[in-house]
Amino acid sequence: MKKELVELKINGRTHELAIEPSALLLDVLRQDLGLTGSKRGCDESSCGACTVLVDGVAMMSCTLLAASCQEQEITTVEGVSQHGSLAAIQKAYGDWGGAQCGFCTPGFIMTVKSLMAENPDPSEAEVRAALSSNLCRCTGYSQMYAAIKSAIAAERNAMVEAK
Amino acid sequence: MRSDPKDYELVAPGSLQAAVGLLARSPGEWLPIAGGTDVMVQYAAGKLPSRKLVSIWNLAELRSIEVLANEIRLGAGCTYTNIREHGVIGREFPMLSSAARWTGGIANQNRGTLGGNIVNASPAADSLPALLAYDAELILISVRGERRLPYAGFHAGYKKTKLAPDELIRAVCLPRRFSGYVCHARKVGSRNAQAISKVCMAALGRVAGQTVEDVHIAVGSVAPVPLRLSETELMLRGKVINESLVSAAKKMAVAEIRPIDDIRSTAKYRAAVTGNLVAEFLNLLSADGKA
Repeated sequence: MKKELVELKINGRTHELAIEPSALLLDVLRQDLGLTGSKRGCDESSCGACTVLVDGVAMMSCTLLAASCQEQEITTVEGVSQHGSLAAIQKAYGDWGGAQCGFCTPGFIMTVKSLMAENPDPSEAEVRAALSSNLCRCTGYSQMYAAIKSAIAAERNAMVEAK
Repeated sequence: MRSDPKDYELVAPGSLQAAVGLLARSPGEWLPIAGGTDVMVQYAAGKLPSRKLVSIWNLAELRSIEVLANEIRLGAGCTYTNIREHGVIGREFPMLSSAARWTGGIANQNRGTLGGNIVNASPAADSLPALLAYDAELILISVRGERRLPYAGFHAGYKKTKLAPDELIRAVCLPRRFSGYVCHARKVGSRNAQAISKVCMAALGRVAGQTVEDVHIAVGSVAPVPLRLSETELMLRGKVINESLVSAAKKMAVAEIRPIDDIRSTAKYRAAVTGNLVAEFLNLLSADGKA
C-alpha cells in the first residue's frame, strides 16, 4: 500500500512522516526517526521492552499502528529527561544498579512514569501489579524495585518541597 | 517472517456507520482491528490471514459504558482498563473486573477491548467465562440493522462465531440482577499477568440455608469454546450442599469439559483443576448459607 503523510507528536516535537498506514509505531520510532531507546524484545506484546506513553497511557509500540496515534502525544524514553537533567527514575536506576544489560530498562521506565502520573504514592503491591507486564531476563528485579521505590519517594519529596 | 507494511492496506472510517458500510460492500474481505492486542501479534509474526485491515479503534460509538435501569451496556470497544476502572461494574460484576485486571498486563489492558476478546474467540480468554456466568447478551450491528442475541451459544466451535462477515459487535449487555449472589472467579496459570490460563472459571450462585436456589458456572481453557457447565448447574439446583453433592458436581463438571494437552498444560491436570474449582465454589456457597 502507498505511503501516506502522517503527523506524529513525539517527545514534544511534531514530525511529518511518509509511512505505510500499517507501519508499526516501534519501527517508525527506531527506523524512521532514529529513536532507538524503545526496544524490540518479543515482538508480541509480552515483554514490555517497547513500552511508550500515548497521551500518558502505557502502550506497547511493537503491536501498535503508528497511524493510530495521530493527534496524540507520544513519549518515549528519549523524552523522559527534563531540561537535560535526568528524571528521578533515571537517576535512581543509576544509583541502585537498576539496569543490568539494560534492554528492558526503557520499557520499565515508561511504565513507572505512567504509574507515577496516575498514582504518586503507590504501595509495593501496586508497583508490582503495574510492572507485571514488563519482564527482565537478567532477573535483576530486586535492585530495580529498590530504584523504583527510591524514585517514587524522591518525586514525592520534590512535590512536598514545591508546595 | 515478519510482515511488510507494504503488503497491507489499512483504513480508518470516521464513524460506525462508515465502518459497517465498508464491511457490507465486500463481506469477509476486511479484518476489523480495535486495540490490536491479538491482531497485531499475528501481524508482527507474519501470520495474519487478511491483507486488509479496518481500524475501529477510536470509534466513539463503541467506547461508551451505559448504566441503564436493568442492564449495563458496554461498548464493544471498551478496554480492560475502562472496565476495571468502572465503579458500577466493580460492584455488580466483580468477576468481569477481576478478569479485566488479570488479562495481559497494564499496557495490554490499555489497548485490548472486550469486543476483540469475544471475536478473537480464544477458548482461554479470561473475560469470557464471566460474560457467560452473568448471562450477557450481545448487540451486533451491520447495514442490515442491529440484532440482539444471548452470548451463550455465540461461539459455534473452536475460533468460530455466529458473527456474520458484514457484522461488528456493537455492545455487550449485562443484566443487573446478580447483586445478592456469591461470586467466585479464578484464573489458574503460571502467573496472572501475561500468562494464558490453564483453566479459568467464573461462577455465581445463591443459597437459601444450604439449598442451591440458582447457580451459574462457566469455565475457560478446557474445551474448544468457553463453556457453561449446564448439566452440572441443572443437577445442583434445588439440592442441599453436602459432601456427596460436591463430589457428584466435581464428577459431572469433569464429564462436561473437553480439555486437551497443549504447551501450557495437560488434559488430566485441567480436568482435576476444574473439579477442584467447582468444589471450592460450592464450599464458598455453603459457607455463605451458614453465615
